[in-house]
Amino acid sequence: MSISAEEVKKVAHLARLAVPEEQLEGYVRNLSNILNLVDQLSAVDTTGVEPMAHPLDMMQRLREDVVTETNHREKYQSVAPEVENGLYLVPKVIE
Amino acid sequence: MEWETVIGLEIHAQLSTNSKIFSGSSIAYGAQPNTQANLVDLGMPGVLPVLNKKAVEMAIRLGLAIDAEIAPKSVFARKNYFYPDLPKGYQISQYELPVVANGHMDIELEDGTVKRIGITRAHLEEDAGKSLHEDFHGKTGIDLNRAGTPLLEIVSEPDMRSAKEAVAYMKKLHALVRYLGVCDGNMQEGSFRCDANVSVRRPGAEFGTRAEIKNLNSFRFIERAINHEVERQIDLIESGGKVVQETRLFDPDRDETRSMRGKEDANDYRYFPDPDLLPVEIRAEDIEAVRATLPELPAAKKQRFMDEFGLNNYDADLLTQNREVADYFEAVAKACGDAKLAANWVNGEVSKMLADNELEISASPVGSEALVELLKRIQDNTVSNKIARDVFAAMWNGEGSADEVIDKKGLKQITDTSAIEAVIDEIIANNPKQVEEYRSGKDKLFGFFVGQAMKASKGKANPNTLNDILKKKLEG
Repeated sequence: MSISAEEVKKVAHLARLAVPEEQLEGYVRNLSNILNLVDQLSAVDTTGVEPMAHPLDMMQRLREDVVTETNHREKYQSVAPEVENGLYLVPKVIE
Repeated sequence: MEWETVIGLEIHAQLSTNSKIFSGSSIAYGAQPNTQANLVDLGMPGVLPVLNKKAVEMAIRLGLAIDAEIAPKSVFARKNYFYPDLPKGYQISQYELPVVANGHMDIELEDGTVKRIGITRAHLEEDAGKSLHEDFHGKTGIDLNRAGTPLLEIVSEPDMRSAKEAVAYMKKLHALVRYLGVCDGNMQEGSFRCDANVSVRRPGAEFGTRAEIKNLNSFRFIERAINHEVERQIDLIESGGKVVQETRLFDPDRDETRSMRGKEDANDYRYFPDPDLLPVEIRAEDIEAVRATLPELPAAKKQRFMDEFGLNNYDADLLTQNREVADYFEAVAKACGDAKLAANWVNGEVSKMLADNELEISASPVGSEALVELLKRIQDNTVSNKIARDVFAAMWNGEGSADEVIDKKGLKQITDTSAIEAVIDEIIANNPKQVEEYRSGKDKLFGFFVGQAMKASKGKANPNTLNDILKKKLEG
């Protein structure tokens, strides 16, 4: 299985990654190689094998519904680039 | 040629837990910004989500109430997209194996027929934070208190054929989640919100292309938004255009939906199982433990109210929309022994005063026992139904119990026939013209005499006694 240059661009855009035009071909080749490697797994007969959602064959442990966290806003916001009135500030997202 | 509307709803119900779905932060509403956002909620590197047991139980609860299948093994997935109020760059949701699948709920249409609406699935997910677009010198403010709040997204089949059906379904589900205690249903605070998928087609044809209307947070808006969207789509198609699959936002001020541009490729969410979370196992005994705690559900309660109390469909329906109202009614009906009287008062004065004052019944200044005392005074003819309304208003304003108000204001009904006779005699003497007209066949004037007599007795004359005496005297 191979991936096209257009698909690489689209995936990069969705992941907000900048891929310089001159490196595009390298990404196409490397990603296609990875997909080919994964494709080889399809050769294994998995009839009757239940798909796993997680590599560990275990079940999720659940937490009791109790509030255990206290307010540490000042600490967290001390490393934020910009804050105001307790809010984190980010570049404007709507026009 | 006619068009058929096709509607499916996605409803987000915020679960009434104490803590978030994957962290121990509080979800209490109205806290100072970011004071309920810890390292997990902020999406800091190296933290892990741990699932809230109560959220899973609540999902099972809803699943059982809509006759759905509860997945023995359920999986959480990452829904990937970028937005500043989603710190991790993905929302933890469910994709292939939701907790709840294949349920249904029956709604009643205006003509009384019952229609079954399929519920495809209900899955657990975390809410995002809030973006505040007021002017922070050209920036956007982010409050992450809401990030990680547990949501149950309840997805219907495209089974609804009009905005009215959609509203009926939404109201029914709204009542249900509150009965179950899984969601407070507060639409203003966003605890219960709805996205509508709307399309039109010629009857019998394939489904048309749908548009999704986002964030409808009142029953009134959803009806208006759907009707406007349907009109827009029909106009578009009839003038040779094509509906495009897109997300639209309802603007209640302009009464229109409009496209949310720039979201075209955002629909590619690249779901995959979240490696931070193992599959959730729900055993048969877990399901039975939840089933044992289910309350009587609205449909069953309504039927029981009709059977046990002889209420009509309309009264029973109104009284079972809300569990607290139903409990209040039942307490009153049992204590006073007249269910119809109790229903009239709870659906009448009590509901009216609650609505006027924007109160829930739990906060009513007139409790069920206080109302019973008043209804007993109607039953023993101490006051008429009309005077009782004045007494109720006084009780509402904290002027005392029914008996205290009746006593203090001298509202005791006059049942003494001689007193009523005296009043009527005077009215007959003062209105010879009307008496003559009445006697010559103008029956309608009877109401005039009743009005005069009531006025003269300040409303305190017993209406039945008054009618009897008046009739006798007029026929003279």
